[in-house]
Amino acid sequence: MSIAPKAENPSLQSQRARVASDLRRVVATDSVLDEEESLRPYECDGLSAYRRLPLVVVLPDTVDQVQQVVRYCHDNDIPIVARGAGTGLSGGALPIEDGVVLSLAKFNKVISVDKDNRTAVVQPGVRNLAISETVSHLGLYYAPDPSSQIACTIGGNVAENAGGLHCLKYGLTVHNVLEIKIVTIEGDLVTIGSNALDSPGYDLLALMTGSEGLLGIIVEVTVKLLTKPDCAKVIMASFDDIEKAGNAVANIITAGIIPGGLEMMDNAAIRVTEDFVHAGYDVEAAAILLCELDGTPEEVDDEIERVKLVLEQSGYTQMQVAKDDNQRQLFWSGRKSAFPAVGRISPDYYCMDGTIPRKTLGSVMSKVDELSRQYDLRVVNVFHAGDGNLHPLILYDGNVEGELERTEELGGAILDLCIEVGGTITGEHGVGMEKIDHMCIQFDTLELSQFHAVKQAFDTKRLLNPDKAVPTLHRCAEFGAMHVHKGQLKFPDIERF
Amino acid sequence: MSADSAQELIDAVKRALDSNTNLCITGGNTKSFYGRDPVGEPLLTTIHHGIVNYEPSELVITARSGTLLADIELTLAEQKQMLAFEPPSFGKQATLGGAVACGLSGPRRPYVGAVRDFVLGVRMINGRGEDLKFGGQVMKNVAGYDVSRLMVGALGTLGVLLDISLKVLPTPMMECTLVFEVGHTQALELQNTWAAKPLPISATCHVGELLHVRLSGSEKGIIAARKQLGGEQVQGADEFWCNLKEHRHDFFKQAETLWRISVPPATPALNVSGPCLVEWNGGLRWLKSDIPAQSIRTTIDMVGGHATMFRGGDSENVFHPLQQTVLTLHKNLKTAFDPAGIFNPGRMYEGV
Repeated sequence: MSIAPKAENPSLQSQRARVASDLRRVVATDSVLDEEESLRPYECDGLSAYRRLPLVVVLPDTVDQVQQVVRYCHDNDIPIVARGAGTGLSGGALPIEDGVVLSLAKFNKVISVDKDNRTAVVQPGVRNLAISETVSHLGLYYAPDPSSQIACTIGGNVAENAGGLHCLKYGLTVHNVLEIKIVTIEGDLVTIGSNALDSPGYDLLALMTGSEGLLGIIVEVTVKLLTKPDCAKVIMASFDDIEKAGNAVANIITAGIIPGGLEMMDNAAIRVTEDFVHAGYDVEAAAILLCELDGTPEEVDDEIERVKLVLEQSGYTQMQVAKDDNQRQLFWSGRKSAFPAVGRISPDYYCMDGTIPRKTLGSVMSKVDELSRQYDLRVVNVFHAGDGNLHPLILYDGNVEGELERTEELGGAILDLCIEVGGTITGEHGVGMEKIDHMCIQFDTLELSQFHAVKQAFDTKRLLNPDKAVPTLHRCAEFGAMHVHKGQLKFPDIERF
Repeated sequence: MSADSAQELIDAVKRALDSNTNLCITGGNTKSFYGRDPVGEPLLTTIHHGIVNYEPSELVITARSGTLLADIELTLAEQKQMLAFEPPSFGKQATLGGAVACGLSGPRRPYVGAVRDFVLGVRMINGRGEDLKFGGQVMKNVAGYDVSRLMVGALGTLGVLLDISLKVLPTPMMECTLVFEVGHTQALELQNTWAAKPLPISATCHVGELLHVRLSGSEKGIIAARKQLGGEQVQGADEFWCNLKEHRHDFFKQAETLWRISVPPATPALNVSGPCLVEWNGGLRWLKSDIPAQSIRTTIDMVGGHATMFRGGDSENVFHPLQQTVLTLHKNLKTAFDPAGIFNPGRMYEGV
């Protein structure tokens, strides 16, 4: 399933020279990369198991240059992969061998901040966290906070519809963006959305958000800013059984409380993060819940009392309210550093991203545990419990023969499980290259055909990030031949190749 | 309801395709005034009704498009939950499908989100008579294009909605409405000042010389906010907000064209003559005026908003004109979903 680097054919090399030289007429000479050593950093995104060298990388620094590059590619039938910071976890920015990588890295300026309307206009290469830092002095912030927020950029966030720790209350990227400017595959600059709360016509903004670079190139984003809450407090509770912790989550929500953050970690995750950051986690617990409440001090005090009561009724074994902001940050630090913490104990790890109905948490967790034994691979579970988004981290060693393949199989089995219980194969990381085959399980032929028709509406020649996110029916037929799901062959109506 | 009302609707769409008949997708027929003139044979979605699945602890409800909005609201209220975007129904027969297709949201919209923000998934019939499912019943789902949200506000021009899954929210523990006697300009300033503070405001409305502000939250939170804001408490305010949402407030008894004007909230008083009702912290302005559409739209373009002829006026020219490339994308999408152009043709724009 992984794509390993291989020797290039000579025609590709001559094509590279020609395209690089053509693009140097549009952008500065050093803004086109065509040497192998300069292309190498672009061969993968955050999903490093998938690698491929692009034809060339181009780094325009004006919208006009983007338009010219895109028009050139359109005229010459060259595929384009737009790229932000390259932190994506699904291979969405994986280059195409005979395609151009269009890096938006130079578009890194905050263009304007509108204090009165609480919005900011930013270029796509502005880092997620930089937006909040820029407006912090106004008492404002940008809500979506994916864990890669130090590095990931807003253009990529829109392309992936990125989430984060606070989605349940404050929404995903789609809920926090007002307007974008895109360059279409024909090179037209189009404004989608508006600075008002809605805009006329179809909700193209929702369609563009999460479209993984298949419909247009984002060159400007207007985000909604929120007023920082006066007060935030976090409760940490331990449980001796993961199902009890899952029920506690449901009980909090049934009690009418929507916490700012509601996260769960299993014992394996507690132990590795505690070793790493010494947050004071209960390493004996089967699961811990971190529940953050924010708002006015009065509201937070009220809710803390209500949540304490619910947790008590849900059978916690230990409970602690962070005594000050330092301790609150400390409690969160473990959860936020789960990925690097796992990186310390395993040469490699593979992060999954399914979403399930919350009520199935207990049964899904025990099945994941079973699968982990079956494939003989350790799994560490962190979980955006509030909105049902699982992030099982599969620990493996890429240097051990066959282990990566086994990891991918286990990952696939976890995704199958998510679909089976009524969930989805990706909550916030996107389909990209990684989950393309699982799209064949989640959607049927007609639905995939409808997706292709949507693509056609924007990109007739299929040049924008082709063959990602939505599989061809041919691919599904081939995948279906290998992947027998619950004893039933998918796509029985399609010819087998 | 018949055993398989979805199949009946699919069959009806296929028959219309075969006979080249345009369809006018109709729910409770309470919003037929909205948009360009309806054309085509009615396709009644009301045969397809009922709540499919509702689990309060999941904060998700799935219902068939022909389900009465009132039934859904009642079911949710029994569990102390609500459709937080407060969709206007404009009549007892209003259906969920109609509310989603029209994409209109009520007073709480700026604080919690619009219809589109709560739609998690749809099952729909496209213009090829195909039965399709997009999105799902979970909060976070980025598999495939977000077709579910694209259906919101599309006025049925892209397909027939069958089932819709929505995120729901708990009803606030307590609500309280305050009233202030202020003029138009001062009301705009006040709303904007308050919106910048972490206050539990959940609706605002200025009309005449009165500014109503609703607070939602815990008792302690509301008491603290009241201290900050001042004003007089209004008794029985639920009726006020309901009348506002349903356009039963006196302001809406009009002879002139009613304009729905959506602008960046901090936009100062609009330079157009006519009585104006302000909601959404200033983001939504209802204007009664018979001045020419072109003149209103030029003014609104300058402030970065858009103007819809909500009731009355020239039925050809209801929605704000689109940028040419955006209109082309609309037409392309229409073709992608409804190649024969049989669903609600021209209801939104000519050719869409």
